[in-house]
Amino acid sequence: MTTVPSTNPAAGDATSTERMTGSQAIIRSLENLGVTDVFGLPGGAILPTYDPLMDSSINHILVRHEQGAGHAAQGYAESTGKPGVAIVTSGPGATNLLTPLADANMDSIPMVAISGQVSVNLLGTDAFQEADIVGMTMPITKHSFMITRPEDIPSGIATAFHIATTGRPGPVLVDITKDAQVGMLDFSWPPAIETRGYTPVTRGHSKQIREAAKLIAESKQPVLYVGGGVVRAGASKDLEKLAEITGAPVVTTLQAIGAFPESNPQNLGMPGMHGTVPAVTALQRADLLVTLGARFDDRVTGKLDSFAPDAKVIHIDVDPAEISKIRFADVPIVGDLAYVLPELNDLLSTEFAQKLPSLADWWEQLDALKKNYPLGYTKTEDGLGSPQYAIQRIGELTGPDAFYVTGVGQHQMWAAHFINQENPRHYLSSAGLGTMGYCIPAAMGVKVANPDSVVWAIDGDGCFQMTNQELATCVQNNIPIKVAVINNSSLGMVRQWQTLFYGERYSNTHLYTGADTIRVPDFVKLGDAYGCATFRVERDEDVDEVIKKALEINDRPVVIDFTVSPDAMVWPMVPAGVSNDLIQIAKNTSPDFDREEDNN
Amino acid sequence: MSLHTLSVLVEDKPGVLSRVSGLFSRRMFNINSLAVGPTEVPGVSRITIVAEGDNHALEQLTKQLNKLIHVLKVVELPADASTQRDHLLIKVKADPATRIQVVQAADLFRASVVDVSTESVIIEATGVADKLNALLEVLEPFGIREIVRSGTIALARGPRATSERI
Repeated sequence: MTTVPSTNPAAGDATSTERMTGSQAIIRSLENLGVTDVFGLPGGAILPTYDPLMDSSINHILVRHEQGAGHAAQGYAESTGKPGVAIVTSGPGATNLLTPLADANMDSIPMVAISGQVSVNLLGTDAFQEADIVGMTMPITKHSFMITRPEDIPSGIATAFHIATTGRPGPVLVDITKDAQVGMLDFSWPPAIETRGYTPVTRGHSKQIREAAKLIAESKQPVLYVGGGVVRAGASKDLEKLAEITGAPVVTTLQAIGAFPESNPQNLGMPGMHGTVPAVTALQRADLLVTLGARFDDRVTGKLDSFAPDAKVIHIDVDPAEISKIRFADVPIVGDLAYVLPELNDLLSTEFAQKLPSLADWWEQLDALKKNYPLGYTKTEDGLGSPQYAIQRIGELTGPDAFYVTGVGQHQMWAAHFINQENPRHYLSSAGLGTMGYCIPAAMGVKVANPDSVVWAIDGDGCFQMTNQELATCVQNNIPIKVAVINNSSLGMVRQWQTLFYGERYSNTHLYTGADTIRVPDFVKLGDAYGCATFRVERDEDVDEVIKKALEINDRPVVIDFTVSPDAMVWPMVPAGVSNDLIQIAKNTSPDFDREEDNN
Repeated sequence: MSLHTLSVLVEDKPGVLSRVSGLFSRRMFNINSLAVGPTEVPGVSRITIVAEGDNHALEQLTKQLNKLIHVLKVVELPADASTQRDHLLIKVKADPATRIQVVQAADLFRASVVDVSTESVIIEATGVADKLNALLEVLEPFGIREIVRSGTIALARGPRATSERI
């Protein structure tokens, strides 16, 4: 049994109690846990709780669709490290939250969802707006449970926050019946929280950490393979130190972009299906992977049995189930990177300092790869704008202190490639689940949490149409995000696969939103209808001017319709299901490693 | 692929069986048998699962089970270091002409006849899975009307309890 430290000095102590309703207890518990912003949408079964919310210091953002509340809570959490909170009603309100919960579960984002539920006497009767949301969310949350008695509310809410934010973070859903919200309890704080079966490990095994140091000292071709766990652990500075001590190259997965500064020459970029040639090739040639909070996702490894074939693996992760799940770990370390990395760094900079080998030969290879295969793109041939150029200029004109939130698809990969990231938590994307529609609400959540920062929502025309209703929320609540719709008039990534693997048969990928189409809808008119500032950019030469104008507008959201070529493709690419050795830098073009080595 | 017996101590909370069984199907593990019941500790239930898989799959399964908040402890019970039993009720055809043979067969397996009617008897048997399978084979020629069989239950040998230090 543990107790939750109160973050609110006025919260009182456990000995004094106050008589109140379950609903009041929900709001009071949130206040005591330090929650300042929540995203939600009321309905019958959560109605009692919306009444005391009116008198609370908590800022409630009324979304237009519950999915928006979930993604907003994700963006809020991902950009700050604080848990995001979504409040919804029963039945459809709760089921609309399934996608963000699954998304947060895949990407280990701390969030707490509170759903109303029909009263206990109606449970199991197919009552109006009844859905078994606890059952439905079991496989897609870190935990979910129902509260049916008012006196269980304070400990239930506190337990949910404890589980969501500790260990490997994740989403927790608390389903609270209407009668529990209406009933009375004697509220006291802090409540006891009971999680007998939940004891996350924080400190790594010292002997194993020493083994890791030993392997690092023996390695001639190491790579630091960095995943989102480094960001979740807040261990970016420790990672920089490890990179400095070892001199090893760093690759950062989609979830870890910004965990290590991209301006640092040791950063080889993103690995995987659309990774850079240096990052992908470094992993393939490595003799040691120092795996930090990464999980050997299939989008990183490609065909598994040919992934990094010569490498031993050190795997450090707070979740024991990730270790040796996909790839055998020679040195497994279960622990929080915020504890393990400093310990490893200490060992490497003292006892092992003299033993660390020179990596000059390794860097000679890697520098050649960096020089010969930089990221790039060719100009479009149809006279339409280049999506990569628009995205690159957004990054260059705005700078690395802004937040960049993307949808899923080609624009997501281009934003990963062409915007320089120097800080963790500044490139946000739906990585594991790949949720189209994440961008706009998540950007909204980021802006609520970081009102003084510029927040760019870089979205595709397909993604944008899934959740752009939250522009209304942004306008109503003065959340001035900047939306760049990279409008290639199609489901671009799917279209790219159709180009490459389905003989240019474009089955159901044309959306008719772009240049020379009926523009359904016209994104400029759509933005206007919501009261946003709107622009359309059709040529590369107009890109800078519009971005500069957008950066000057801070009293309302901005929507820019960048109409770009549907033929632009994301390169490099490793086709699905093959070895990462078969990376292509353009259609049917693989790097000529032999020639490159002749040049050395 | 080999069979493994897992003893899983869980908090007796709503939905806990659903969480555990859902995890098996979601992660593509086959359950051969499953038995649930209370333990000597109030509020703690034991789920005994016999599952099929190689050692890597078993390790992954154990770790995933341990991640469930309501799971307190997961131990594998190897056949040679534990006592394992299934419980079986068999309704077998037995008229006056065959009844004696049926009862004798039951006796050989130390099974007991717990119900008798003019056309059939019900035999109760307890034992390791192989023994019960053999009994079924012997009774088969008489005509098995129906059977009900529990999942395997198991305890580790020796003085220690699985529930220590949970």
